[in-house]
Amino acid sequence: MTETKLEVRPRAEGEPSVAPAEERVERVTVIRPASRWPHLDVSELWHYRELLGRFVWRDVTVRYKQTFLGIAWAILVPLFTAAIYVIVFGRFAKFPSGNIPYPQLVLSGLIPMQYFTSSLTGSSTSLVTNLSLVTKVYFPRVLLPLAAVFVPLVDLLLGVAVLVPFMAYYHTWPGGVEVLTAPLFVGLALVTALGIGLVLSSLNVRYRDVPYMLPPLIAVLPLVSGVPYAIQEIPVKWQWLLSVNPMTGVIVGWRWAVVDGSAPNWGQMAVSASVGVVLFLGGLAVFRTSEPRFADTI
Amino acid sequence: MAVAITADGLSKRYRIGELHAAYGTLRESMTHATRRLFGRERRHHYEYLWALDDVSLQVDEGEVLGVIGRNGAGKSTLLKILTRITTPTSGRAEIRGRVGSLLEVGTGFHPELTGRENVYLNGSILGMRRREITQKLSDIVEFSGVEKFMDTPVKRYSSGMYVRLAFSVAAHLEPEILLVDEVLAVGDAEFQKRCLGRMEDLSESGRTVVFVSHQMQAIAQLCDRAILLRDGRVERDGPGGEVVAHYLQEVVGSASSRVGADLESAFGDDLVRLRSVRVVGEDGAVVNAVDVRRPVGIEIGFAVLTAGNPVFPKIKVYDHRGDVAFNAWDTSTRWHEPSPPGEYVATAWIPGNLLNEGLATVDVGVLSLHAPKLHPHAGLKGAVSFHVQDPGEGDSARGLFTGQVKGVVRPLLEWTTEERS
Repeated sequence: MTETKLEVRPRAEGEPSVAPAEERVERVTVIRPASRWPHLDVSELWHYRELLGRFVWRDVTVRYKQTFLGIAWAILVPLFTAAIYVIVFGRFAKFPSGNIPYPQLVLSGLIPMQYFTSSLTGSSTSLVTNLSLVTKVYFPRVLLPLAAVFVPLVDLLLGVAVLVPFMAYYHTWPGGVEVLTAPLFVGLALVTALGIGLVLSSLNVRYRDVPYMLPPLIAVLPLVSGVPYAIQEIPVKWQWLLSVNPMTGVIVGWRWAVVDGSAPNWGQMAVSASVGVVLFLGGLAVFRTSEPRFADTI
Repeated sequence: MAVAITADGLSKRYRIGELHAAYGTLRESMTHATRRLFGRERRHHYEYLWALDDVSLQVDEGEVLGVIGRNGAGKSTLLKILTRITTPTSGRAEIRGRVGSLLEVGTGFHPELTGRENVYLNGSILGMRRREITQKLSDIVEFSGVEKFMDTPVKRYSSGMYVRLAFSVAAHLEPEILLVDEVLAVGDAEFQKRCLGRMEDLSESGRTVVFVSHQMQAIAQLCDRAILLRDGRVERDGPGGEVVAHYLQEVVGSASSRVGADLESAFGDDLVRLRSVRVVGEDGAVVNAVDVRRPVGIEIGFAVLTAGNPVFPKIKVYDHRGDVAFNAWDTSTRWHEPSPPGEYVATAWIPGNLLNEGLATVDVGVLSLHAPKLHPHAGLKGAVSFHVQDPGEGDSARGLFTGQVKGVVRPLLEWTTEERS
């Protein structure tokens, strides 16, 4: 484990100075064998905040440069998926839609779901995608999966823009101040994706199985998170079971906050949030434990 | 003097498998785990390799330390630990000052981004602040010489432009301590010279530099001090030139004396064979370091196998940068006639006060003149090398100056001065 601390030392006379006319702040880096106990060095992360921003900026820029339709994908994908869901689950299977029209229900569920899956995929593969960085330069490795969960926030914002005309059409404007809680549910999706992403990205360094594990997970997840149906309409004991999945909480809460869906059961919400936080902390611990070996095994 | 880097017993152990298999599959690990669970297989026995074994060293502020050694001697591992890319298995190190590391030029360059965008990205990755990059942007752009293409994605750059831009960013990194690995291995000769020049600037401005390289000449030229690593241990620690000379002689086998099996790689045709090459002092004894003020002899032993061709010996001397100092061959009339078959030993005397300090490398050859060309019959590139030293007693061309004297040669000229009033 390495640590840095700052020491202020008055400059000796005649000493060469890199930052002249100032008292010299000396950075001392201590290099030691990796500690057995994971800990997160918050001051170090703060020191590297600019690099985090730079990684996010890079991925957003590259994504919109590389793809022909660029920004349009962020709009087309949820719209297309929603159309299929509406026909299959809404028309054929007649899934319960609760207090809001079915297309609105589906679309408002898909947008945070899309955010979650992009974040999860991005963070899980982040270390391997940035292999050349990991082996050639030091920075807290956690920046890579962390940057990967910020990047899809751009798509999420565009998704919200797509929601607006539907809100107008179906008259499902946010009910009131609860709209201010929307970022909290995005936050829950973020920590959950990050938690799982941290574990999978460290696994992916050692075993390249992760890209094969993700697609089935991503295919099933919307179905067990209440994307194509209103969770409040299913038997209560099932609601509790599904609330173990943090994304259920995210979607119910998001619908409540943004498109005036029915209020969540707060007990179930507490379950979802706790699981999300536990996943995050557990993921962080796993990541920090395997971090010192990344450059050796990648 | 303040200490910039202290390392105390640094060791790094790798599991051999980790070095060979790039990555395992989950299935393998799972089968091992299951077998172990049911007692069918005992704990896996791994072989370990100490890539770095109890390395302790101290680097003073402003010192330029070279790290040399064969592949696998632990050079890169040491650098990776000091740059914090990997952690040591045991031991401890302390670095005082802002550290910049350069294990590669253009780390993190993204092909889709423009030159300008990559300057910011790469700069941030190397540890520069955004404000700092913005301040230096025009310098960086100018230094790189690719001004016109700053808004073009770097995927459209030629490899030369790419390297120039990447190096330009790295060259504007201004840490107190710079850790550099083999950056000079990329690019053409011109580019390598600029890298060396930049490193000289850095060391002159009092920065601490740790420099890992295979380029002995660069090490001998740039480093006040060098360490030689062998099997993960420090085998030698001393002045740059000396450690390089030791390495070349003991480890690589490029030496001040070559005979017999050492000459296996030498070229020879039906007419001439190379027998021995030695660097000798005035007394005829083999030397690997010479006083800049004294002459040094390059002794070439060769055999003429067939009669009928007028051949003569030749040497070509390079300075520590790899620049040719001179070519010289024996022009005496004895070689104008074909030499009868037999063994010959010719010695070329390089006068004192001619070569500059540093490591000199010599190619030797036996040729014949097919006007207007020289035709080689036997020869060996980089046959021998020796270190030119100035004890600094004030009577060499250096006089009382103690800094670095540039130039391939450093003759002691005769100066005349008249006072005109």
